[in-house]
Amino acid sequence: MLDKIWRDHEVVPESQDTPAVLYIDLHLTHEVTTPQAFAALRSGGLKVRRTDRTIGTLDHSSPTDPAQAFGRVPIAIESAGRQMAEFERNCREFGVELLDMKHADRGIVHVIGPELGLTQPGNTIVCGDSHTSTHGAFGALAFGIGTTEVGHVLATQCLLQRKPRPVAVNISGRLPPGVGAKDLILAIIGKIGVGGGTGCVFEYRGEGVRALSMEERMTVCNMSIEAGARAGMVAPDDATFSYLADRPRSPQGDAWDKALARWRKLPSDAGAAFDREIDIDASTLEPMITYGTNPGMVLPLSGRIPAHGDTAFRKAIDYMGFAPGDAIKGKPVDVVFIGSCTNGRLSDLRSAARVLKGRRVASGVRMLVVPGSQGVKRLAESEGLDRIFTAAGAEWREPGCSMCIGMNGDTVARGKYSVSTSNRNFEGRQGAGARTLLASPATAAAAAVNGRISDPRELV
Amino acid sequence: MEPLRQIRSRTVVMASNNIDTDQIVPARFLTTTTRSGLGASALFADWRFDAAGKPRLDFVLNQPAAAGCRVLVAGRNFGCGSSREHAPWALVDYGFQAVVSTEIADIFRSNALKNGLLPVVIDPTSHAWLIEHPGVEITIDVEARRLALPDGRSVDFPLEAFARYCLLNGVDELGFLLKQTDRIAAFERSHA
Repeated sequence: MLDKIWRDHEVVPESQDTPAVLYIDLHLTHEVTTPQAFAALRSGGLKVRRTDRTIGTLDHSSPTDPAQAFGRVPIAIESAGRQMAEFERNCREFGVELLDMKHADRGIVHVIGPELGLTQPGNTIVCGDSHTSTHGAFGALAFGIGTTEVGHVLATQCLLQRKPRPVAVNISGRLPPGVGAKDLILAIIGKIGVGGGTGCVFEYRGEGVRALSMEERMTVCNMSIEAGARAGMVAPDDATFSYLADRPRSPQGDAWDKALARWRKLPSDAGAAFDREIDIDASTLEPMITYGTNPGMVLPLSGRIPAHGDTAFRKAIDYMGFAPGDAIKGKPVDVVFIGSCTNGRLSDLRSAARVLKGRRVASGVRMLVVPGSQGVKRLAESEGLDRIFTAAGAEWREPGCSMCIGMNGDTVARGKYSVSTSNRNFEGRQGAGARTLLASPATAAAAAVNGRISDPRELV
Repeated sequence: MEPLRQIRSRTVVMASNNIDTDQIVPARFLTTTTRSGLGASALFADWRFDAAGKPRLDFVLNQPAAAGCRVLVAGRNFGCGSSREHAPWALVDYGFQAVVSTEIADIFRSNALKNGLLPVVIDPTSHAWLIEHPGVEITIDVEARRLALPDGRSVDFPLEAFARYCLLNGVDELGFLLKQTDRIAAFERSHA
């Protein structure tokens, strides 16, 4: 599948001396990784080559507090407000469509792409954000790029790239009840390590991934980068096509039929060659949670922190305030965050709401629920999920990256424990000195209810 | 970008594996809209400075021996995590010209090359020697793709041909891409 998409997008094939000139179908942009790229265009007297293949949204530094989000009060972090304003100006000046703060479709870049039907099988998709791997769930080749490359795509709609190596991740069996896509991808990262996929594109294959919904596949592909793989992909199938049918920006009418015929030819041929194969049995998995400072430091909820490790392990355990051999279950929690491009979609909010329904967030715990987009927010509210969260004592916010990256003021205080449905538990990721444990929405909600790390299967 | 042909410098060693981009430049510094100025306060901010903003004297970059070093020797999988180009911008702004490791994350590697920061991936034995001997003077030859240790041994490292050409000549990739405009237009016509 990687080969087919690659060949279809080679403007100039690679040679010994030069990388391929690869055509990009869709360029997603946001306020954080574009200002220096627009400045480069301006100083070079260049235009955006394909404004029809470029779209902007505000997500990373945008406030989730409704009063700030809708301009009733000034944005508390001045530099964030300036960055947002500069992005708005750049989009206006260069003719890029922007889903601004008041737009009904605004949201996290990796949530809105699929939701609007912009993300399509067989496409090349890039964004100045490493979690662009999310879009691979649709059988697209999607990867994160730096700001210099953002400038290249804005100016030429192309990138200079060497073809990465395809790696098969074979997922046999189905996830047991109460175990989700987040648990699956955390288990995969735990197995191969945070650098295990460097130089590679993962193709998730097998019964275990076929059985997943599109939103679950997005969660899996999203965290491919946490194993070092720049992209993750799932071959498109009927689940993909029915997700995309009638989305606002999906092909319509005749164009849909033609697209469908093309998309059906994308899956890897039987006997396709992979650089390496990784096997995992989904049926044996339990809910997972991280205990250290990278996503590969992960345990089943019933597990104990390893007794030994190298210097980096000891440093991580010290940072987290844990001791070797500790059980992870029962550890106290201060903050719970539900949201992000990993777990901020409707099914994630439903999963958390099932645990929270009729219960209260434990006293002393702050819980923040941040839908991934205005679209997700509307659907969640139409089902009454917002009322379940607020009745439990959680905060229901406007869409954005929020506490996943903590750029907009949604942060965790020094030394505090956060169970988060996001993707990175790096030191200080959620705020200087914050201690992050990554888990599924159900596990995060269970931690909120009990004020301690708990198994959500005991609550639903 | 200035041409980069040879680097001769003492090393700074940060032995930890998996030094991620959130450590290199914490997210709160990403609201900047320029490339410059990240070396002074943002680079490794939470390791360099305590909560009150005072330098932590036990951190390697705050020790006198680190002054003027242009080569960072780091543990495996350096630069993992986000796509923020602020990470190589900050390292270059601080004065680094090369990062030496046994593995460097893909996006960081790509970003580094576009900013004249050389990613040097070497074998585990030579790397272990460098980790154990912080502060040694080494020479890195971009054209030969070779790192010379002070005892006369030399170690080859991979560097993609086009990236090497761009570094040696200080060439910006965008210029190369813009020269492909006719072929890009032809591709667009045939795929419309």
